[in-house]
Amino acid sequence: MLISEKQALTERVGMLVQKYGNSRSALIPILQDIQHNFKYITDFEQQEVARLLDIHPVEVYSVISFYSFLSSKQRGKNIVRLCQSISCELEGKEKVAKAIERELGIKFGETTKDKKFTLEYTNCMGMCDQSPAMMVNEKVYSKLTPEKAVQILKEVK
Amino acid sequence: MEDKNKNRVPLGQKPHIVEKPKDPSAIGGSITVEINEKKVTVPMGTTILEACRENQIHIPTLCYHDDLCFAGVCRLCVVEVEGMPTLAASCSYPITAPIKIKTSTPKVRRARKHVIDLMLSEHYGECYSCIRNNNCELQALAKEYGVTDYTFGHIEKKRYEIDDSSFSIIRDLDKCVLCKRCVRTCIDLQEVGVLEAIGRGHETHIGTFLDKQLADVICINCGQCINRCPTGALHEKEITQDIWSAIDDPTKHVVIQTAPSPRAAIGEEFGLEPGHSMTFKMNTALKRIGFDAVFDTNFTADLTIIEEGTELLLRLYKALVNKDESVKLPQFTSCSPGWVKYLEHFYPEYVGHLSSAKSPQQMFGALLKTYYAKKLKLDPSKIVSCAVMPCSAKKFECNRPEMNDSGYQDVDYGLTTRELAKMIKEAGIHLPEMPDSHFDNPFGDASGAGLIFGVTGGVMEAAIRSVIEFITGDKAEEVFDGMNVMPVRGFEGIKYAEIKIDHVGPVPDLIKHLVPNWDWVKGATLKVAVVHGTANAKKVMDDIKAGGKFSQCHFIEFMACPGGCLGGGGQPIPTNEEIRKKRAEAIYAEDAGLELRKSHENPHIIQTYKEFLTDGPCGHTAHKLLHTHYTVRGKYIA
Repeated sequence: MLISEKQALTERVGMLVQKYGNSRSALIPILQDIQHNFKYITDFEQQEVARLLDIHPVEVYSVISFYSFLSSKQRGKNIVRLCQSISCELEGKEKVAKAIERELGIKFGETTKDKKFTLEYTNCMGMCDQSPAMMVNEKVYSKLTPEKAVQILKEVK
Repeated sequence: MEDKNKNRVPLGQKPHIVEKPKDPSAIGGSITVEINEKKVTVPMGTTILEACRENQIHIPTLCYHDDLCFAGVCRLCVVEVEGMPTLAASCSYPITAPIKIKTSTPKVRRARKHVIDLMLSEHYGECYSCIRNNNCELQALAKEYGVTDYTFGHIEKKRYEIDDSSFSIIRDLDKCVLCKRCVRTCIDLQEVGVLEAIGRGHETHIGTFLDKQLADVICINCGQCINRCPTGALHEKEITQDIWSAIDDPTKHVVIQTAPSPRAAIGEEFGLEPGHSMTFKMNTALKRIGFDAVFDTNFTADLTIIEEGTELLLRLYKALVNKDESVKLPQFTSCSPGWVKYLEHFYPEYVGHLSSAKSPQQMFGALLKTYYAKKLKLDPSKIVSCAVMPCSAKKFECNRPEMNDSGYQDVDYGLTTRELAKMIKEAGIHLPEMPDSHFDNPFGDASGAGLIFGVTGGVMEAAIRSVIEFITGDKAEEVFDGMNVMPVRGFEGIKYAEIKIDHVGPVPDLIKHLVPNWDWVKGATLKVAVVHGTANAKKVMDDIKAGGKFSQCHFIEFMACPGGCLGGGGQPIPTNEEIRKKRAEAIYAEDAGLELRKSHENPHIIQTYKEFLTDGPCGHTAHKLLHTHYTVRGKYIA
């Protein structure tokens, strides 16, 4: 990483710490902020957050690894999460999954080459009455069919 | 460690911690509870576990450790509390009401058995081939609860790669039971922060930053995590096989140096109570194993005092008389390799403050392959130099690239106390039955000043004994009662002492060429501090950074491990405060019984300066062999 890039990251993290405070409980809001804007939290940012909150980098990494909505690896611009819980499974999640995989050309857990989409499973989102359901970024789509899912993804592109 | 449970508690939870009253006899200071239908009175806020232990009621524990804060994660210590719908973890249940506790009901026993069965179902490996066989808390619990088969099955496949990247510590996650003792040790006790729980649910494992290997993260190799691991998930890198093959090779001259702390602790491996000093029995055992010569690391501890003490006096002279502002004060000790690496990582801008004198182990290594080889007309390439240390970081230290000043690797192998005990057992020797024998010449027996290096405050005490005599000309035993420098003894995390120098004497011959007279220290106050455990070191370093009280000190002793070397990561398991105290008593008692208790009076030291280090302390030869430099490492991981 270039020094100028590092400086920019340090500055950004510094501003977040100013915004949310430097107590241990500020950790999750700071990480969520970075995650929301940049889709993942770089190694360097993790260490900067740790330095400014006076905790250890491994504690930051531990928190990130615990929550599925925080990521320490680079992901696509859009994150598609398909529900894998039992109601969605019964209502034809498998077909939707196949259609999405075909549309994006990747398997679950992967990111497209152009870094536009990351595809993964999620557990129950509480949409069992309208299953199968998926989330694209922070928006929930329900009562999916293979066609509808593909259409949604096309619009996102 | 009064506030061990409050260290890093989130702000929101702090009010929930029950503080024990200062005076339990005051009204409301204590409370009467019923444990197994027996009435007992305990101070308010005592945990159920503590109350039971005080009343000789055994409760099994796994994640609980005397040195660490509560975790309450293993659920093995559950007990029944009347009126509570679920079982309560006794280790983290403070008593604040007159409750009724039952510690051995069918419900409790079944729950505990299930916890053990569940741990075993995920615990890969066989006890026979485990380094902790017969000293494993999980194994002991399985026996205690009569486990005869695997109720919930048993994992058949390895799930994790063994991480053997470090010179010192091996992590075998398949044996981990997720008690998080290592995490609490690394974060709370040592403030190094290498290990944390990574992932969630059944994927949880103890990992490092970005799941890197141990050699690639900021580990100081102190091995405190090893001492607290209940199973074989963390252990030192064993090198006993290499040493056996060196011993069995007739062309090799295998020598060993023994540090003071292993002697005070190795008896524990042979079933003795903590606090038995085995120095001279160990010498015999080492000879019988087949080492060609056995030396006392205390000899180079004495040498360290002369070199480090002279360096301190020179620094003070330069700063006070020559007004040289580039002189770095306070001077830090450099005997503890864990501390040295801690400083290199976390406070790299302060490496200039470290004494350039090597640790006693490395000084000995450099002397063995030069002075000793010359004296005995040996080929230094045929000398295999081993060191018994209470320490896992010493394994890293002897592999540092800068530790090759003799032209060869100065120390070839660093052995821990545990490894040596294993070798002694393997050789069919029962240590307590050995006759006594002395150390070999030309280094002979060393002084008591070198011996107390093993206890926190020991380096400082040894230095003070010599420096006071150097400057004032008074005998140390007259200045300090029984030559015991009490202000630097004891187990408080940070100790501070001041010594007033009101009169001065003549400069001793040994350093006459360096300092013309002592007039410049007359009336001065020598300020010193003693710190053990890197969490305490962090506090002191932050104070120095902020220009506080400790930045005014002249000399600070730092030890990475709680209690100093005797609580080191290579010492017999278990370790707790009580055991550390007993080991310290053993070392102090041995020191008090010695004739020779001052480093500069050691005749072998005087002889070495006459014969070999002819340009005196901090001279050219000394600098080449006995001093080193440090690496600025920083704490960022790329």
